Amino acid sequence: MTAQQLSIFIENKSGTMLRILEILKEAGIQIIASTISDTVDYGIYRIICDNPYKGYSALKAAGISVTLTDVFAIELDNTPGEAAAVMETFAKADISISYMYSFLVHGKGILVFRTSDTDKTRGIIELNNFKFVTNERLNSL
Amino acid sequence: MDDKSPFLHPQYETLSREEINRLQVERLQATVKHCMNSPFYKKRFEEIGLKPEDIKSLEDLRKMPFTTKQDLRDTYPFGMASVPLRKCVRLHSSSGTTGNPTVILHTQKDIDEWANAVARCLWMVGLRPDDVFQNSSGYGMFTGGLGFQYGAERLGALTVPAAAGNSLRQIKFMKDFGTTAVHAVPSYVTRLYEVMCDNGVDPRRDLKLKVLAIGAEPHSEEQRKRIENMLGVKAYNSFGMSEMCGPGVGFECQEQNGLHFWEDYYIVEIVDPETLEPVPDGQIGELVLTTLNREAMPLLRYRTRDLTRVLGRSCPCGRNHIRLDRMRGRSDDMIVLRGVNIFPIQIEKILMQFKELSSNYLITLTTDDDNDNMTVEVEISEMFTDDYGRLQALTKDITRALKDEILLTPRVKLVPKGSLPVSDGKAVRVVDKRKVYL
Repeated sequence: MTAQQLSIFIENKSGTMLRILEILKEAGIQIIASTISDTVDYGIYRIICDNPYKGYSALKAAGISVTLTDVFAIELDNTPGEAAAVMETFAKADISISYMYSFLVHGKGILVFRTSDTDKTRGIIELNNFKFVTNERLNSL
Repeated sequence: MDDKSPFLHPQYETLSREEINRLQVERLQATVKHCMNSPFYKKRFEEIGLKPEDIKSLEDLRKMPFTTKQDLRDTYPFGMASVPLRKCVRLHSSSGTTGNPTVILHTQKDIDEWANAVARCLWMVGLRPDDVFQNSSGYGMFTGGLGFQYGAERLGALTVPAAAGNSLRQIKFMKDFGTTAVHAVPSYVTRLYEVMCDNGVDPRRDLKLKVLAIGAEPHSEEQRKRIENMLGVKAYNSFGMSEMCGPGVGFECQEQNGLHFWEDYYIVEIVDPETLEPVPDGQIGELVLTTLNREAMPLLRYRTRDLTRVLGRSCPCGRNHIRLDRMRGRSDDMIVLRGVNIFPIQIEKILMQFKELSSNYLITLTTDDDNDNMTVEVEISEMFTDDYGRLQALTKDITRALKDEILLTPRVKLVPKGSLPVSDGKAVRVVDKRKVYL
Protein backbone atom coordinates (compact mmCIF):
# COMPACT_ATOMS: atom_id res chain seq x y z
CA MET A 1 0.00 0.00 0.00
CA THR A 2 2.98 2.28 0.45
CA ALA A 3 5.63 3.78 -1.79
CA GLN A 4 9.34 3.80 -1.05
CA GLN A 5 11.00 7.12 -0.49
CA LEU A 6 14.70 7.86 -0.13
CA SER A 7 15.38 9.90 3.02
CA ILE A 8 18.82 11.44 3.00
CA PHE A 9 20.48 13.21 5.91
CA ILE A 10 22.22 16.26 4.53
CA GLU A 11 24.19 19.12 5.96
CA ASN A 12 23.16 22.69 5.33
CA LYS A 13 26.26 23.37 3.22
CA SER A 14 26.86 24.29 -0.40
CA GLY A 15 27.54 21.39 -2.74
CA THR A 16 25.71 18.79 -0.67
CA MET A 17 22.68 18.54 -2.95
CA LEU A 18 24.85 18.46 -6.03
CA ARG A 19 26.77 15.47 -4.71
CA ILE A 20 23.56 13.51 -4.07
CA LEU A 21 22.15 14.36 -7.48
CA GLU A 22 25.37 13.36 -9.22
CA ILE A 23 25.41 9.97 -7.52
CA LEU A 24 21.81 9.39 -8.60
CA LYS A 25 22.64 10.52 -12.13
CA GLU A 26 25.55 8.08 -12.29
CA ALA A 27 23.22 5.29 -11.19
CA GLY A 28 20.73 6.28 -13.90
CA ILE A 29 18.01 7.12 -11.40
CA GLN A 30 15.09 9.26 -12.51
CA ILE A 31 13.76 11.56 -9.82
CA ILE A 32 9.98 11.88 -9.87
CA ALA A 33 9.57 14.23 -6.95
CA SER A 34 11.72 15.57 -4.13
CA THR A 35 11.48 17.93 -1.21
CA ILE A 36 13.67 19.47 1.41
CA SER A 37 12.92 21.84 4.23
CA ASP A 38 15.35 24.27 5.74
CA THR A 39 16.65 23.92 9.27
CA VAL A 40 19.66 25.46 10.97
CA ASP A 41 22.11 22.61 10.83
CA TYR A 42 20.85 19.76 8.74
CA GLY A 43 18.00 18.67 6.55
CA ILE A 44 16.26 15.57 5.32
CA TYR A 45 16.19 15.37 1.56
CA ARG A 46 13.23 13.19 0.52
CA ILE A 47 13.08 11.70 -2.95
CA ILE A 48 10.55 9.64 -4.87
CA CYS A 49 12.31 8.04 -7.82
CA ASP A 50 11.82 5.35 -10.41
CA ASN A 51 14.05 2.79 -8.67
CA PRO A 52 14.33 3.43 -4.93
CA TYR A 53 16.32 0.25 -4.16
CA LYS A 54 18.93 1.02 -6.77
CA GLY A 55 19.08 4.64 -5.64
CA TYR A 56 19.46 3.51 -2.04
CA SER A 57 22.33 1.14 -2.90
CA ALA A 58 24.15 3.77 -4.96
CA LEU A 59 23.92 6.39 -2.24
CA LYS A 60 24.88 3.97 0.50
CA ALA A 61 27.88 2.76 -1.50
CA ALA A 62 29.00 6.39 -1.77
CA GLY A 63 28.87 6.74 2.00
CA ILE A 64 25.76 8.91 2.11
CA SER A 65 23.54 8.69 5.19
CA VAL A 66 20.35 7.38 3.61
CA THR A 67 17.37 5.27 4.52
CA LEU A 68 14.37 3.88 2.69
CA THR A 69 11.08 5.02 4.14
CA ASP A 70 7.58 3.75 3.52
CA VAL A 71 5.33 6.67 2.74
CA PHE A 72 1.71 6.84 1.68
CA ALA A 73 0.98 8.13 -1.82
CA ILE A 74 -2.55 8.77 -2.96
CA GLU A 75 -3.65 9.52 -6.49
CA LEU A 76 -6.12 12.36 -6.89
CA ASP A 77 -8.02 13.90 -9.75
CA ASN A 78 -6.48 17.21 -10.51
CA THR A 79 -9.53 19.20 -9.39
CA PRO A 80 -10.04 21.69 -6.55
CA GLY A 81 -10.98 20.23 -3.19
CA GLU A 82 -9.59 16.73 -3.77
CA ALA A 83 -6.74 17.03 -1.30
CA ALA A 84 -9.00 18.73 1.21
CA ALA A 85 -11.39 15.81 1.14
CA VAL A 86 -8.61 13.34 1.86
CA MET A 87 -7.22 15.45 4.69
CA GLU A 88 -10.65 15.86 6.20
CA THR A 89 -10.94 12.10 6.47
CA PHE A 90 -7.63 11.85 8.31
CA ALA A 91 -8.44 14.78 10.56
CA LYS A 92 -11.72 13.18 11.58
CA ALA A 93 -9.84 9.98 12.43
CA ASP A 94 -7.46 12.07 14.56
CA ILE A 95 -4.46 11.18 12.45
CA SER A 96 -1.85 13.89 12.17
CA ILE A 97 0.37 14.36 9.16
CA SER A 98 4.12 14.41 9.86
CA TYR A 99 4.94 15.83 6.46
CA MET A 100 3.36 15.99 3.04
CA TYR A 101 4.21 17.03 -0.48
CA SER A 102 2.48 16.65 -3.81
CA PHE A 103 3.26 16.55 -7.48
CA LEU A 104 1.63 15.93 -10.85
CA VAL A 105 2.31 12.99 -13.14
CA HIS A 106 0.54 13.07 -16.49
CA GLY A 107 -2.33 15.11 -15.14
CA LYS A 108 -2.74 13.05 -11.99
CA GLY A 109 -2.10 14.64 -8.67
CA ILE A 110 -0.06 12.54 -6.23
CA LEU A 111 -0.15 13.32 -2.52
CA VAL A 112 2.79 11.88 -0.57
CA PHE A 113 2.72 11.87 3.22
CA ARG A 114 3.61 10.21 6.46
CA THR A 115 1.33 10.10 9.45
CA SER A 116 1.48 9.64 13.17
CA ASP A 117 -0.20 6.23 12.93
CA THR A 118 0.67 4.00 10.01
CA ASP A 119 -1.75 1.15 10.78
CA LYS A 120 -4.70 3.44 11.28
CA THR A 121 -3.81 5.25 8.06
CA ARG A 122 -3.86 1.98 6.13
CA GLY A 123 -7.31 1.27 7.53
CA ILE A 124 -8.62 4.68 6.52
CA ILE A 125 -7.23 4.34 3.00
CA GLU A 126 -8.89 0.95 2.57
CA LEU A 127 -12.16 2.02 4.09
CA ASN A 128 -12.43 5.09 1.89
CA ASN A 129 -11.13 3.40 -1.21
CA PHE A 130 -8.47 6.01 -1.71
CA LYS A 131 -6.36 5.24 -4.76
CA PHE A 132 -3.02 4.45 -3.19
CA VAL A 133 0.05 4.44 -5.34
CA THR A 134 3.05 2.14 -5.17
CA ASN A 135 6.36 2.63 -6.96
CA GLU A 136 5.22 0.22 -9.71
CA ARG A 137 2.08 2.27 -10.24
CA LEU A 138 4.09 5.48 -10.32
CA ASN A 139 6.40 4.08 -12.96
CA SER A 140 3.48 2.98 -15.12
CA LEU A 141 1.70 6.31 -15.03
CA MET B 1 51.48 42.95 59.46
CA ASP B 2 51.48 46.69 58.74
CA ASP B 3 48.84 47.45 56.13
CA LYS B 4 51.29 49.73 54.34
CA SER B 5 53.78 46.95 53.71
CA PRO B 6 53.64 45.66 50.14
CA PHE B 7 54.69 42.25 51.47
CA LEU B 8 52.76 39.90 53.72
CA HIS B 9 55.78 37.64 54.15
CA PRO B 10 58.76 39.95 53.58
CA GLN B 11 61.11 37.30 54.98
CA TYR B 12 60.27 35.08 52.00
CA GLU B 13 59.01 37.49 49.36
CA THR B 14 62.12 39.65 49.29
CA LEU B 15 64.74 36.89 49.24
CA SER B 16 67.60 37.38 46.81
CA ARG B 17 68.20 34.74 44.14
CA GLU B 18 71.06 33.25 46.17
CA GLU B 19 68.87 33.06 49.24
CA ILE B 20 66.07 31.47 47.23
CA ASN B 21 68.46 28.85 45.86
CA ARG B 22 69.85 28.08 49.30
CA LEU B 23 66.37 27.73 50.77
CA GLN B 24 65.29 25.53 47.89
CA VAL B 25 68.20 23.10 48.29
CA GLU B 26 67.52 22.86 51.99
CA ARG B 27 63.80 22.26 51.50
CA LEU B 28 64.34 19.92 48.56
CA GLN B 29 66.59 17.69 50.63
CA ALA B 30 64.03 17.61 53.42
CA THR B 31 61.22 16.89 50.94
CA VAL B 32 63.07 14.03 49.26
CA LYS B 33 63.87 12.51 52.63
CA HIS B 34 60.23 12.85 53.66
CA CYS B 35 59.11 11.29 50.35
CA MET B 36 60.72 8.02 51.42
CA ASN B 37 57.70 7.58 53.67
CA SER B 38 55.60 7.28 50.54
CA PRO B 39 55.47 3.71 49.20
CA PHE B 40 55.41 5.11 45.69
CA TYR B 41 58.54 7.26 45.93
CA LYS B 42 60.42 4.75 48.04
CA LYS B 43 59.96 2.11 45.36
CA ARG B 44 60.74 4.55 42.56
CA PHE B 45 64.01 5.67 44.17
CA GLU B 46 65.04 2.08 44.89
CA GLU B 47 64.34 1.08 41.31
CA ILE B 48 66.86 3.55 39.94
CA GLY B 49 69.26 3.22 42.88
CA LEU B 50 68.86 6.83 43.95
CA LYS B 51 69.28 7.79 47.58
CA PRO B 52 67.97 10.96 49.23
CA GLU B 53 71.56 11.81 50.18
CA ASP B 54 72.42 11.94 46.47
CA ILE B 55 70.44 15.16 46.18
CA LYS B 56 72.93 17.85 47.11
CA SER B 57 72.08 20.71 44.76
CA LEU B 58 69.27 21.98 42.58
CA GLU B 59 71.04 20.43 39.59
CA ASP B 60 70.63 17.03 41.27
CA LEU B 61 66.91 17.47 40.86
CA ARG B 62 67.36 16.18 37.32
CA LYS B 63 68.50 12.82 38.64
CA MET B 64 64.95 12.22 39.79
CA PRO B 65 62.27 10.85 37.50
CA PHE B 66 59.17 12.89 36.69
CA THR B 67 55.87 12.32 38.42
CA THR B 68 52.80 12.27 36.17
CA LYS B 69 49.05 12.43 36.52
CA GLN B 70 49.06 8.74 35.58
CA ASP B 71 51.18 8.03 38.67
CA LEU B 72 48.50 9.70 40.76
CA ARG B 73 45.85 7.55 39.13
CA ASP B 74 47.88 4.38 39.53
CA THR B 75 48.35 5.00 43.23
CA TYR B 76 44.69 5.91 43.77
CA PRO B 77 43.55 6.68 46.35
CA PHE B 78 46.27 6.95 49.00
CA GLY B 79 49.38 5.28 47.55
CA MET B 80 51.31 8.56 47.25
CA ALA B 81 50.82 9.67 50.81
CA SER B 82 53.97 10.39 52.81
CA VAL B 83 52.15 10.51 56.14
CA PRO B 84 49.70 8.13 57.83
CA LEU B 85 46.09 8.91 56.95
CA ARG B 86 45.28 9.86 60.51
CA LYS B 87 47.49 12.92 60.05
CA CYS B 88 45.46 14.04 57.02
CA VAL B 89 42.54 16.39 57.46
CA ARG B 90 41.26 16.88 53.95
CA LEU B 91 41.38 15.52 50.45
CA HIS B 92 40.53 17.06 47.12
CA SER B 93 39.72 14.78 44.24
CA SER B 94 39.25 15.16 40.53
CA SER B 95 36.09 13.74 39.01
CA GLY B 96 38.08 10.83 37.62
CA THR B 97 36.09 10.56 34.47
CA THR B 98 39.12 9.59 32.42
CA GLY B 99 40.22 6.75 34.65
CA ASN B 100 40.86 6.66 38.36
CA PRO B 101 40.36 10.06 39.94
CA THR B 102 43.40 11.86 41.31
CA VAL B 103 43.36 12.39 45.04
CA ILE B 104 45.37 15.07 46.82
CA LEU B 105 45.71 14.74 50.57
CA HIS B 106 46.35 17.56 53.03
CA THR B 107 47.52 17.66 56.63
CA GLN B 108 46.56 20.58 58.84
CA LYS B 109 49.98 22.08 58.13
CA ASP B 110 49.37 21.77 54.38
CA ILE B 111 46.05 23.59 54.72
CA ASP B 112 47.75 26.31 56.78
CA GLU B 113 50.58 26.76 54.30
CA TRP B 114 48.11 26.83 51.43
CA ALA B 115 46.11 29.57 53.17
CA ASN B 116 49.36 31.48 53.74
CA ALA B 117 50.27 31.26 50.07
CA VAL B 118 46.86 32.52 48.91
CA ALA B 119 46.92 35.27 51.54
CA ARG B 120 50.34 36.35 50.27
CA CYS B 121 48.97 36.55 46.69
CA LEU B 122 45.96 38.61 47.71
CA TRP B 123 48.05 40.93 49.86
CA MET B 124 50.40 41.41 46.92
CA VAL B 125 47.56 42.79 44.77
CA GLY B 126 46.40 45.15 47.49
CA LEU B 127 43.96 43.28 49.72
CA ARG B 128 44.03 44.21 53.40
CA PRO B 129 41.93 43.24 56.44
CA ASP B 130 39.54 46.14 55.71
CA ASP B 131 38.56 44.54 52.41
CA VAL B 132 35.45 42.55 51.60
CA PHE B 133 36.36 39.57 49.47
CA GLN B 134 33.62 37.82 47.52
CA ASN B 135 34.55 34.41 46.20
CA SER B 136 32.32 33.77 43.20
CA SER B 137 34.00 30.50 42.40
CA GLY B 138 32.73 26.95 42.71
CA TYR B 139 33.29 25.36 46.11
CA GLY B 140 33.45 21.69 47.00
CA MET B 141 36.12 19.67 45.27
CA PHE B 142 37.07 22.63 43.10
CA THR B 143 40.06 24.06 44.97
CA GLY B 144 39.37 27.64 43.83
CA GLY B 145 36.56 27.72 46.39
CA LEU B 146 38.10 26.66 49.67
CA GLY B 147 41.57 27.73 48.58
CA PHE B 148 40.63 31.39 48.22
CA GLN B 149 38.28 31.17 51.17
CA TYR B 150 41.00 30.13 53.62
CA GLY B 151 43.53 32.50 52.06
CA ALA B 152 41.29 35.55 52.32
CA GLU B 153 40.37 34.65 55.89
CA ARG B 154 44.02 34.20 56.75
CA LEU B 155 44.70 37.68 55.38
CA GLY B 156 41.91 38.99 57.57
CA ALA B 157 39.49 40.19 54.93
CA LEU B 158 35.77 39.86 55.44
CA THR B 159 34.93 36.94 53.19
CA VAL B 160 31.71 36.32 51.28
CA PRO B 161 31.63 32.69 50.12
CA ALA B 162 29.07 33.46 47.42
CA ALA B 163 30.14 30.52 45.21
CA ALA B 164 29.37 30.56 41.49
CA GLY B 165 26.04 31.30 39.88
CA ASN B 166 22.92 33.32 40.68
CA SER B 167 24.30 36.52 39.19
CA LEU B 168 21.60 38.83 40.55
CA ARG B 169 22.33 37.70 44.08
CA GLN B 170 26.07 38.11 43.47
CA ILE B 171 25.50 41.72 42.43
CA LYS B 172 23.21 42.38 45.38
CA PHE B 173 25.94 41.05 47.72
CA MET B 174 28.49 43.29 46.05
CA LYS B 175 26.28 46.33 46.57
CA ASP B 176 25.02 45.54 50.07
CA PHE B 177 28.27 44.26 51.56
CA GLY B 178 30.50 46.77 49.80
CA THR B 179 32.56 44.04 48.15
CA THR B 180 35.99 45.34 47.22
CA ALA B 181 37.53 42.22 45.72
CA VAL B 182 36.11 39.36 43.70
CA HIS B 183 37.56 36.06 42.61
CA ALA B 184 35.92 34.35 39.64
CA VAL B 185 36.74 32.66 36.36
CA PRO B 186 37.06 35.32 33.63
CA SER B 187 34.01 34.21 31.68
CA TYR B 188 31.90 34.56 34.80
CA VAL B 189 33.14 38.11 35.40
CA THR B 190 31.96 38.95 31.89
CA ARG B 191 28.63 37.35 32.64
CA LEU B 192 28.28 39.34 35.85
CA TYR B 193 28.97 42.54 33.96
CA GLU B 194 26.25 41.72 31.42
CA VAL B 195 23.77 41.16 34.23
CA MET B 196 24.84 44.44 35.85
CA CYS B 197 24.19 46.29 32.59
CA ASP B 198 20.81 44.60 32.15
CA ASN B 199 19.82 45.70 35.63
CA GLY B 200 21.07 49.25 35.51
CA VAL B 201 24.02 48.68 37.83
CA ASP B 202 27.07 50.74 36.96
CA PRO B 203 30.05 49.03 38.61
CA ARG B 204 32.02 52.28 38.74
CA ARG B 205 29.18 54.20 40.38
CA ASP B 206 27.35 51.57 42.41
CA LEU B 207 30.10 49.22 43.57
CA LYS B 208 33.25 49.58 45.62
CA LEU B 209 35.30 47.07 43.69
CA LYS B 210 39.03 47.59 43.49
CA VAL B 211 40.56 44.21 42.70
CA LEU B 212 39.65 41.15 40.69
CA ALA B 213 41.41 37.81 40.83
CA ILE B 214 40.79 35.78 37.72
CA GLY B 215 42.06 32.34 36.88
CA ALA B 216 41.33 28.64 36.46
CA GLU B 217 40.50 29.33 32.85
CA PRO B 218 42.87 30.32 30.07
CA HIS B 219 42.38 33.88 28.95
CA SER B 220 44.24 36.32 26.75
CA GLU B 221 45.72 39.69 27.64
CA GLU B 222 43.01 41.23 25.46
CA GLN B 223 40.32 39.51 27.52
CA ARG B 224 41.87 40.74 30.75
CA LYS B 225 41.96 44.33 29.47
CA ARG B 226 38.33 44.08 28.45
CA ILE B 227 37.37 42.82 31.89
CA GLU B 228 39.34 45.66 33.51
CA ASN B 229 37.59 48.20 31.30
CA MET B 230 34.18 46.75 32.06
CA LEU B 231 34.49 46.95 35.82
CA GLY B 232 37.02 49.75 36.06
CA VAL B 233 39.40 47.76 38.28
CA LYS B 234 42.61 45.79 37.94
CA ALA B 235 42.28 42.08 37.22
CA TYR B 236 45.12 39.81 38.30
CA ASN B 237 45.87 36.43 36.84
CA SER B 238 45.94 33.53 39.27
CA PHE B 239 47.47 30.13 38.66
CA GLY B 240 46.72 27.04 40.64
CA MET B 241 46.22 23.35 40.27
CA SER B 242 44.78 20.86 42.68
CA GLU B 243 47.92 18.69 42.51
CA MET B 244 49.88 21.60 44.01
CA CYS B 245 47.04 22.30 46.52
CA GLY B 246 45.05 24.73 44.38
CA PRO B 247 45.29 28.49 43.95
CA GLY B 248 48.28 30.27 45.45
CA VAL B 249 50.93 28.62 43.29
CA GLY B 250 51.48 31.61 41.02
CA PHE B 251 49.95 35.08 40.96
CA GLU B 252 50.54 38.35 39.21
CA CYS B 253 51.91 41.26 41.17
CA GLN B 254 50.77 44.83 40.54
CA GLU B 255 53.23 45.09 37.65
CA GLN B 256 51.00 42.62 35.74
CA ASN B 257 53.99 41.31 33.89
CA GLY B 258 53.92 37.59 34.48
CA LEU B 259 52.97 35.45 37.46
CA HIS B 260 55.31 35.11 40.42
CA PHE B 261 55.61 31.44 41.32
CA TRP B 262 56.47 31.11 44.99
CA GLU B 263 59.86 29.51 45.06
CA ASP B 264 59.84 28.93 48.79
CA TYR B 265 56.94 26.57 48.02
CA TYR B 266 57.91 25.13 44.64
CA ILE B 267 60.84 24.49 42.37
CA VAL B 268 59.92 25.55 38.86
CA GLU B 269 61.34 23.81 35.80
CA ILE B 270 60.37 24.44 32.19
CA VAL B 271 61.14 21.46 29.97
CA ASP B 272 60.66 20.48 26.38
CA PRO B 273 57.60 18.19 26.49
CA GLU B 274 59.18 15.83 23.93
CA THR B 275 62.78 15.54 25.12
CA LEU B 276 62.03 16.51 28.74
CA GLU B 277 65.25 18.54 28.68
CA PRO B 278 65.20 22.04 30.19
CA VAL B 279 64.55 24.89 27.78
CA PRO B 280 66.24 28.30 28.03
CA ASP B 281 64.44 31.23 29.62
CA GLY B 282 61.96 32.83 27.24
CA GLN B 283 61.28 29.61 25.38
CA ILE B 284 57.92 27.92 25.79
CA GLY B 285 57.96 24.53 27.44
CA GLU B 286 56.06 22.40 29.92
CA LEU B 287 55.85 23.57 33.50
CA VAL B 288 57.23 21.04 35.98
CA LEU B 289 56.79 21.65 39.70
CA THR B 290 58.37 20.14 42.78
CA THR B 291 56.66 20.88 46.08
CA LEU B 292 58.94 22.10 48.88
CA ASN B 293 56.79 22.23 51.97
CA ARG B 294 54.00 19.77 51.46
CA GLU B 295 53.57 17.23 54.16
CA ALA B 296 50.80 14.80 53.23
CA MET B 297 51.65 14.36 49.61
CA PRO B 298 54.82 15.96 48.32
CA LEU B 299 55.28 15.65 44.57
CA LEU B 300 58.66 15.53 42.87
CA ARG B 301 59.03 16.96 39.38
CA TYR B 302 55.32 16.86 38.63
CA ARG B 303 54.52 17.33 34.95
CA THR B 304 51.68 19.87 34.91
CA ARG B 305 51.17 19.63 31.13
CA ASP B 306 50.72 23.40 31.10
CA LEU B 307 52.86 25.29 28.62
CA THR B 308 54.53 28.55 29.61
CA ARG B 309 57.91 30.30 29.64
CA VAL B 310 60.17 32.11 32.06
CA LEU B 311 59.87 35.90 31.79
CA GLY B 312 62.38 36.81 34.45
CA ARG B 313 63.78 36.35 37.94
CA SER B 314 63.52 39.88 39.20
CA CYS B 315 60.74 42.45 39.24
CA PRO B 316 60.26 46.13 40.03
CA CYS B 317 57.83 45.01 42.75
CA GLY B 318 60.79 43.82 44.79
CA ARG B 319 60.15 40.11 44.50
CA ASN B 320 62.75 37.89 42.88
CA HIS B 321 60.50 34.87 42.71
CA ILE B 322 60.45 33.55 39.17
CA ARG B 323 58.02 35.21 36.77
CA LEU B 324 56.20 32.98 34.30
CA ASP B 325 54.07 33.94 31.34
CA ARG B 326 50.34 33.26 31.34
CA MET B 327 49.66 29.64 30.35
CA ARG B 328 50.01 29.18 26.61
CA GLY B 329 48.20 25.91 26.19
CA ARG B 330 48.62 22.27 27.08
CA SER B 331 51.09 19.60 26.10
CA ASP B 332 48.32 17.01 26.22
CA ASP B 333 44.83 17.17 24.77
CA MET B 334 43.10 18.44 27.89
CA ILE B 335 40.66 21.26 27.26
CA VAL B 336 40.15 23.92 29.89
CA LEU B 337 36.78 25.54 29.31
CA ARG B 338 35.21 27.93 31.80
CA GLY B 339 37.35 26.52 34.55
CA VAL B 340 36.39 22.93 33.82
CA ASN B 341 39.00 20.40 32.71
CA ILE B 342 37.78 18.19 29.91
CA PHE B 343 39.50 15.44 28.00
CA PRO B 344 38.20 14.58 24.52
CA ILE B 345 38.05 10.94 25.61
CA GLN B 346 35.23 11.84 28.03
CA ILE B 347 33.20 13.21 25.17
CA GLU B 348 34.05 10.24 23.00
CA LYS B 349 32.93 7.82 25.69
CA ILE B 350 29.49 9.45 25.81
CA LEU B 351 29.08 9.67 22.05
CA MET B 352 29.93 5.99 21.70
CA GLN B 353 26.94 5.11 23.84
CA PHE B 354 24.63 6.26 21.07
CA LYS B 355 24.25 3.58 18.44
CA GLU B 356 22.94 6.17 15.98
CA LEU B 357 26.35 7.87 15.91
CA SER B 358 29.59 7.00 14.18
CA SER B 359 32.94 7.25 15.94
CA ASN B 360 33.99 10.42 14.17
CA TYR B 361 33.46 13.70 15.99
CA LEU B 362 34.92 17.18 16.19
CA ILE B 363 35.10 19.50 19.17
CA THR B 364 35.31 23.19 18.30
CA LEU B 365 35.99 25.81 20.93
CA THR B 366 35.02 29.38 20.15
CA THR B 367 34.76 32.72 21.90
CA ASP B 368 31.39 34.31 21.20
CA ASP B 369 30.72 37.66 22.84
CA ASP B 370 33.35 36.99 25.50
CA ASN B 371 31.94 33.59 26.33
CA ASP B 372 33.88 30.46 25.57
CA ASN B 373 31.72 27.79 24.04
CA MET B 374 32.06 24.24 22.87
CA THR B 375 30.42 22.78 19.80
CA VAL B 376 30.44 19.03 19.35
CA GLU B 377 29.82 17.87 15.82
CA VAL B 378 29.23 14.18 15.43
CA GLU B 379 28.55 12.07 12.41
CA ILE B 380 25.46 9.92 12.37
CA SER B 381 26.28 6.33 11.51
CA GLU B 382 23.35 5.27 9.38
CA MET B 383 20.32 7.30 8.53
CA PHE B 384 17.98 5.68 11.02
CA THR B 385 14.92 7.83 10.70
CA ASP B 386 12.88 9.96 8.37
CA ASP B 387 11.69 12.09 11.24
CA TYR B 388 13.00 15.52 12.28
CA GLY B 389 11.48 15.02 15.69
CA ARG B 390 13.63 11.98 16.33
CA LEU B 391 16.78 13.76 15.16
CA GLN B 392 16.02 16.63 17.50
CA ALA B 393 15.31 14.26 20.37
CA LEU B 394 18.62 12.54 19.70
CA THR B 395 20.44 15.88 19.73
CA LYS B 396 18.81 16.69 23.07
CA ASP B 397 19.71 13.30 24.55
CA ILE B 398 23.34 13.68 23.49
CA THR B 399 23.49 17.20 24.91
CA ARG B 400 22.10 16.05 28.25
CA ALA B 401 24.46 13.07 28.47
CA LEU B 402 27.45 15.30 27.68
CA LYS B 403 26.37 17.84 30.25
CA ASP B 404 26.18 15.15 32.92
CA GLU B 405 29.72 14.12 32.02
CA ILE B 406 31.57 17.40 31.51
CA LEU B 407 29.29 19.69 33.57
CA LEU B 408 29.01 22.19 30.71
CA THR B 409 26.35 22.32 28.04
CA PRO B 410 27.91 22.03 24.61
CA ARG B 411 26.13 22.78 21.36
CA VAL B 412 25.59 19.43 19.67
CA LYS B 413 25.35 19.27 15.91
CA LEU B 414 24.59 16.13 13.94
CA VAL B 415 26.41 15.89 10.64
CA PRO B 416 26.35 13.34 7.81
CA LYS B 417 28.73 10.45 7.71
CA GLY B 418 32.12 11.29 6.21
CA SER B 419 31.71 15.04 6.53
CA LEU B 420 34.18 15.73 9.34
CA PRO B 421 37.85 16.38 8.61
CA VAL B 422 40.27 13.51 8.87
CA SER B 423 44.01 14.16 8.80
CA ASP B 424 46.60 11.47 8.06
CA GLY B 425 43.92 8.88 8.70
CA LYS B 426 43.77 10.08 12.28
CA ALA B 427 40.68 12.04 13.13
CA VAL B 428 41.13 15.65 14.19
CA ARG B 429 39.33 15.91 17.51
CA VAL B 430 39.72 19.43 18.81
CA VAL B 431 39.85 22.79 17.05
CA ASP B 432 40.51 25.68 19.41
CA LYS B 433 39.40 28.99 17.93
CA ARG B 434 39.17 30.81 21.26
CA LYS B 435 40.82 34.20 21.67
CA VAL B 436 42.81 32.74 24.50
CA TYR B 437 46.29 31.87 23.46
CA LEU B 438 46.82 34.94 21.30
